[in-house]
Amino acid sequence: MPAALSISNLTKTYASGLHALKSVDLEIRKGEIFALLGPNGAGKTTLISTVCGIVTPSAGRICVDGHDAVREFRACRTKIGLVPQELSTDTFETVWATVSFSRELFGRPANPAFLEKLLRDLSLWERRKDRIMTLSGGMKRRVMIAKALSHEPQLLFLDEPTAGVDVELRRDMWGLVRGLRDSGVTIILTTHYIDEAEEMADRIGVISRGELILVEDKHALMKQLGKKQLTLHLQQPLMHTPAGLSEWRLALAAGGTELHFSFDASEERNGIPALLRRMDELGIGYKDLNTRQSSLEDIFVSLVSQRGQLRP
Amino acid sequence: MNVPGFNRRGAWAIYKFEMARFRRTLLQSVVTPVITTSLYFVVFGSAIGSRISEVGGVAYGAFIVPGLMMLALFTESLSNASFGIYFPKFTGTIYELLSAPVSVLEIVLGYVGAAASKSVILGVIILATASIFVPIRILHPALMAAYLLLIACSFSLLGFIIGIWANSFEQLQFIPMLVLTPLTFLGGAFYSIDMLPGVWRTVTLFNPVVYLINGFRWTFYGASDIGVGASLSMTLGFFALCLVVVGVTFRTGYRLKN
Repeated sequence: MPAALSISNLTKTYASGLHALKSVDLEIRKGEIFALLGPNGAGKTTLISTVCGIVTPSAGRICVDGHDAVREFRACRTKIGLVPQELSTDTFETVWATVSFSRELFGRPANPAFLEKLLRDLSLWERRKDRIMTLSGGMKRRVMIAKALSHEPQLLFLDEPTAGVDVELRRDMWGLVRGLRDSGVTIILTTHYIDEAEEMADRIGVISRGELILVEDKHALMKQLGKKQLTLHLQQPLMHTPAGLSEWRLALAAGGTELHFSFDASEERNGIPALLRRMDELGIGYKDLNTRQSSLEDIFVSLVSQRGQLRP
Repeated sequence: MNVPGFNRRGAWAIYKFEMARFRRTLLQSVVTPVITTSLYFVVFGSAIGSRISEVGGVAYGAFIVPGLMMLALFTESLSNASFGIYFPKFTGTIYELLSAPVSVLEIVLGYVGAAASKSVILGVIILATASIFVPIRILHPALMAAYLLLIACSFSLLGFIIGIWANSFEQLQFIPMLVLTPLTFLGGAFYSIDMLPGVWRTVTLFNPVVYLINGFRWTFYGASDIGVGASLSMTLGFFALCLVVVGVTFRTGYRLKN
């Protein structure tokens, strides 16, 4: 069985000289949800755009379900649905007209029953006769998803689907994506939100400065993300970590006024209650405390800086 | 799933989409050219026509009808086709077109076909309006229709090229306003180039619009300033040139893709 998407040596250099993609290799399995993470300008959208035919790659090969994206572009693109990041809609058209247009544009015969179900699933059915300009931003986002799904694609790209979207739509979107996956659609999404990747993805890829620096199973990556840190704001600054607290991994910071304790969030007994009790016994007072989970950004930074050290 | 080599539904979808845009603005699309044509008749037909009774055996009022139709055809084809492809570029909805299983063939058929259809409809409306003012005879109706179609397609193609090339609404207006309008007015839409002094007559022969207008006028009255063969080859050459430019544009992705 061919991969849903197979990318090899994909390179894109824009006319401005910007190396947006540097020899990217990626294989997407059929039926999986793949989350592509990376800071702004990392090349996420360029990667999606080259696969969808919006950007011409400088080098490399793209295959969709075994079809070459250049020689068999019709077969490829018929299988692909794209929801871009920007809200671009035909403002003067009605919801029904624009979704019907998309289906036909992709060469599919009219199927009002399918489109009705699609619009109902996206809570757009009641608004089908309204012009798009009268819809809210969230509704427009739904219209763009409906357009992308109108031709029943097997591979769906969602470029930052939940950026600037309210909680309700976000939850709807997650439900929709899961439903699509259950019906056999392969999904590639880009996101900034770690909880989204955690909630949705089977595998996660991290892209930075045009390079795919990591592709990992979600659970393996979440282990790395599982690190948490407890910060205690001390009443009296300490010169060094007290000997009585040596069984915890502690570090002093902010001139001895803060005590940092790193622990694994997935461990059931993280040692915090015992630590606080011991501090009480030792008479080390604290004004405030907070815990922080290492964010995706921390992971990016550490991954990118590791990368930087490897190649001077 | 079997994917055909030509996406018939895709081309048809684009065509219908563009025609729907035309229907939404039906009133201004139809009323404007009718009023403009009537104005031309009042100004040129009555004011000048009272001084020039006949041109080459044809009443002046009737003489300017083909020129008026051409003028409307040029401007409408250009503005419709250029706006049709420029607007999705401007709003960003072009992403869908670029990611769809359509080649340059379907895109051009859809956009240019729709723009040309609108122009032909308008040409017919203008002809009908004109016939209220002056009696019109058409010597070669089939050829006239063919010429109308060819010019509409050529200028819609040119408009399509301008729409792809333009990066702003100003650029969209640039060629129609600064190039085409003067060439049309100097191209014998309202007079026979035989009326010009010798030197200017020669200069005029470098204006391609002269050939288009005269060829079209020939289909009406069987007489023109320039041989119909030269007119037709000029028109076909122009059409072919536009086709080549469109082909090259898409091959290189110029201003559509990075």
